[in-house]
Amino acid sequence: MSLYRKDFFGLRDLTAEDISYILSTAETMKYILNQKNKKAPHLQGKSVIILFYEQSARAKLSYELAAQHLSANVVDMTNSAHTMERESLQDMGQLVDQMGADFIILRHPMAGAPRLLAECVEASVINAGDGYNENPGQSLLDLLTIKERKGGFEGLKVAIVGDLIHSRVSKSNIWGLTKLGAEVCVSGPPTLLLPEIEKFGVEVHYDAREAVNNADVILTTRMRLETHDKTFLPSLDEYKRFFRIDHNLLKYAKKDAIVMHPGPIQRGIEISDGVIDSPQCIINDQIANSVAVRMAMFYILSQMGGGLV
Amino acid sequence: MKTILKNCKLVTAPYSPEKLYDILIEQGTISRIGERIREEEAKVIDVGGHMVLPGFIDMHCNICEPGYENIEDIETVSRSAIRGGFTTITCEPNTKPVIDNKTVVEYIISKSKAQALVNIYPYGSMSMGCEGRSIAEIGEMYEAGIVGVSDGDEFLDSAALLCNVMRYSKMFDLPIMTHCEDRSLSGKGVMNEGYTATCLGLAGMPREAEEIQVSRNLILAEITGARLHIAHVSTAGAVSMIRDAKKKGLAVTCETCPHYFSLTEEAVEDYNTFAKVNPPLRTAEDVTAILAGIADGTIDVIATGHSPTSLTEKNREFDQAAYGISALETAFSICYTRLVETGVISMARLTEMLSSNPAKILNLVHKGRIAEGYDADLTVIDCSEYYHIEPKHFASKAKFSPFAGQQVKGRTVYTMVGGKILP
Repeated sequence: MSLYRKDFFGLRDLTAEDISYILSTAETMKYILNQKNKKAPHLQGKSVIILFYEQSARAKLSYELAAQHLSANVVDMTNSAHTMERESLQDMGQLVDQMGADFIILRHPMAGAPRLLAECVEASVINAGDGYNENPGQSLLDLLTIKERKGGFEGLKVAIVGDLIHSRVSKSNIWGLTKLGAEVCVSGPPTLLLPEIEKFGVEVHYDAREAVNNADVILTTRMRLETHDKTFLPSLDEYKRFFRIDHNLLKYAKKDAIVMHPGPIQRGIEISDGVIDSPQCIINDQIANSVAVRMAMFYILSQMGGGLV
Repeated sequence: MKTILKNCKLVTAPYSPEKLYDILIEQGTISRIGERIREEEAKVIDVGGHMVLPGFIDMHCNICEPGYENIEDIETVSRSAIRGGFTTITCEPNTKPVIDNKTVVEYIISKSKAQALVNIYPYGSMSMGCEGRSIAEIGEMYEAGIVGVSDGDEFLDSAALLCNVMRYSKMFDLPIMTHCEDRSLSGKGVMNEGYTATCLGLAGMPREAEEIQVSRNLILAEITGARLHIAHVSTAGAVSMIRDAKKKGLAVTCETCPHYFSLTEEAVEDYNTFAKVNPPLRTAEDVTAILAGIADGTIDVIATGHSPTSLTEKNREFDQAAYGISALETAFSICYTRLVETGVISMARLTEMLSSNPAKILNLVHKGRIAEGYDADLTVIDCSEYYHIEPKHFASKAKFSPFAGQQVKGRTVYTMVGGKILP
């Protein structure tokens, strides 16, 4: 199995079998999380370093909790962009490695940074988001949530609506969902869809109604207008006029369609208030699964030779 | 001092590649070419039937001195050139200080004469400080010895400035070398825009960023009648626009580099920063178009695009890694393997692209040909030798290459500059 690896960069490198294995391991982890005593011994005596070069609330919390539930020692090293100028990523990696890290959880504003780090450290590197490339942890928790709700992926129709260029989780999801046999449609302003995205085997619709039509799952993205070049999108008001997931748009989807969002959500922009507060929107399920998925990632890497064994 | 090179295989007309010739060199100049030359007191060197070519001339090269001696200097770049068979190289004006006045030109020329083993000719910058705002002292630099005017691989926003530089330079019959990139389109891009960039999550530089500037510069060249030279052509669209411009009779020439016809964007997979160059490596379709442009004569010159950088600057996040390639020592072998061995062009045509065309464009009299009265700048090639490219053995300070490990054919045995044999 190709999961026999030191590091975890993204869903591009995984097979459908690998992904299914991670998801079923995460289901076992959920069982642990439902116990009164949420402690498991799998990472006892191991250390996990959270090396973040970007601000984050939920990803960091879920990695920290996951590591602690598995009895690891966790150290948080959140750096600013300022640190990056002072010390190269490799030097920082060596520093952490020499101090005996077993896992480094890296979030970095540049694509490919986890690979660069992994080449110079013995510790297992987990990509917690690199530039506009991938965010495998977030993607796997989305996949786990879909699997729980829909039972599987074969023949499922998934619509991804929003800003795909600036959404690394969407790209991980496209890799994952297409490998698992789902039919994927993407929709968003043409300026915010990825170049040559159709080569990934997804359908592209500029009209959100066509993308959502008969969908089982609707994934939305964050709309972070402030980070964009001002030539991409006139305004969030105009965005929501065409792409906000509201009850009108949901009429086109299957009756039992679910709506998801990676958070933090801007109410009324990506998804309407009404839909957010409806049972179709399962953001809370996503959050609940975030810890279990990360526990599975730790567990599998430690079993498959990760860390200083 | 007389030297005879015996048993040379010559590939260009009027010589027959079936015969072996002797070349008599006197005072650094080729004085006679013939079969079985005898001369008293001449030092005889038997070439043993190897191919002897006019020394290659690199029209597009960065020597990094003054200002960036830590990544390359006149001595290392000239040793690197010799290894690659280049007897004449040029110097882009983006040094520090920028080559925008006669003092820097004089400095580079005098330092090259003292230290360099090869001929080094500088370009002058179009604008003061390579900043693209005000026109530089092109006339004074011309008198000091520049061979052309260049934008120094900087994005030139002002069409008005370029237009005036073209008009002004006509006084001196200087070629205008332009790097074509519209930075408002290439933006934060670090590789070719397309599927591979999307897979890697890297921002792309679209082809239109290059092609829009090529079309703009061609229009200006037509209006002004200037001699435009388009540097490092990398896209199919650029090749076809230049082909059309030549049909219309414009005084335009262009070059490409070995990596643009032998590598594609896929070389960037796994975030390989050694393949990070500007313009970026494109796709298989572009490679096909460039090969067609080489075959039909649209592309006049193959330059190396040698732009050294330090390993530290390469060993970084892809977004932050420096652009650049160490190309002098691999250029000929890549050309021979990918162009001549595969039958795209003949050896004579490759010689034209590496030697005589650059000499013509840069107005280098007595260079670029093997003929009586020409400078004895020669390159002896062993075309039967296969070898693997090993960057760690480069003479350049930039010991890296996207071609590392590849097997190529054809190697420089030795190089002669001004009648002097160099290892």
